[in-house]
Amino acid sequence: MSNITKLVLDVLKPHQPNALEFATRLAEAGASTRVNLTVSEMDEKTETTVIVVEGRSLDYEAIQSAVSEMGGSVHSIDEVEVQSAAEE
Amino acid sequence: MRLLIRHKGVRSILRRYLVTNGFDGTLTMLGLMSGFYAASNVSAKVALSASLGAAIALFVSGITSAYLSEAAERQRELRELEEALLTQLDESEQARAARGIPYLVALVNGLSPLLFSLLIISPVWLVAHGIPLPVSPFLLSIIIALGCIFALGVYLGTISGTFWLLAGARALLVAGITFGVILVLG
Repeated sequence: MSNITKLVLDVLKPHQPNALEFATRLAEAGASTRVNLTVSEMDEKTETTVIVVEGRSLDYEAIQSAVSEMGGSVHSIDEVEVQSAAEE
Repeated sequence: MRLLIRHKGVRSILRRYLVTNGFDGTLTMLGLMSGFYAASNVSAKVALSASLGAAIALFVSGITSAYLSEAAERQRELRELEEALLTQLDESEQARAARGIPYLVALVNGLSPLLFSLLIISPVWLVAHGIPLPVSPFLLSIIIALGCIFALGVYLGTISGTFWLLAGARALLVAGITFGVILVLG
């Protein structure tokens, strides 16, 4: 059994919800989750963001579904950190 | 519902529709009541039927016109956003807002003139149902209509930050001109 502890995602999102609301709602998608969102590029209708999600056991499906719910789409998973249960 | 209202720009759209069509409804009723008052031999029952007909027409027109235009506009915005994001947004809150906001806007746009109209024609309704009033029901309706228009003006004044009395008086001037023209022509 292993747990995902860190994800770095490349996410394309609309301007609304804004970065603050987007990050807050992503953090609410999991328990004790820490979210860092950086807007790397801004277009007329969209924002390219790099989102770092950290936690003890991340649920990727829940994160992806929260992103889709807010109108965003995960373009790529750029970094992953997984910890085996034995390491804890 | 609260989520839809929170959606960007929805509050101001609702406000705009409330005032625009509320003003339409009030001025229409003011016109009708002024006409009945000027004619002086119109029975309360006839006036009530005509006013209720106009109020219902304003309600239906308000609902359908706002729904059709708002739904088309929201769908276009959603398609453009989907093209920009290169994804389908069917299950997103943006899609839900695009489907729900037109209903909300239509409701406000339809109810606003209907409720203002019902309030204005209430003296006529009382007389038509055998409840006597000390003054002409049409005159009373005209006073209520002028009061509604003043209130709408004041409301606009508070939104724009203009002095409330000036904003109310400006709206009242429009109603006064309408009333004057109808009395002269009638």
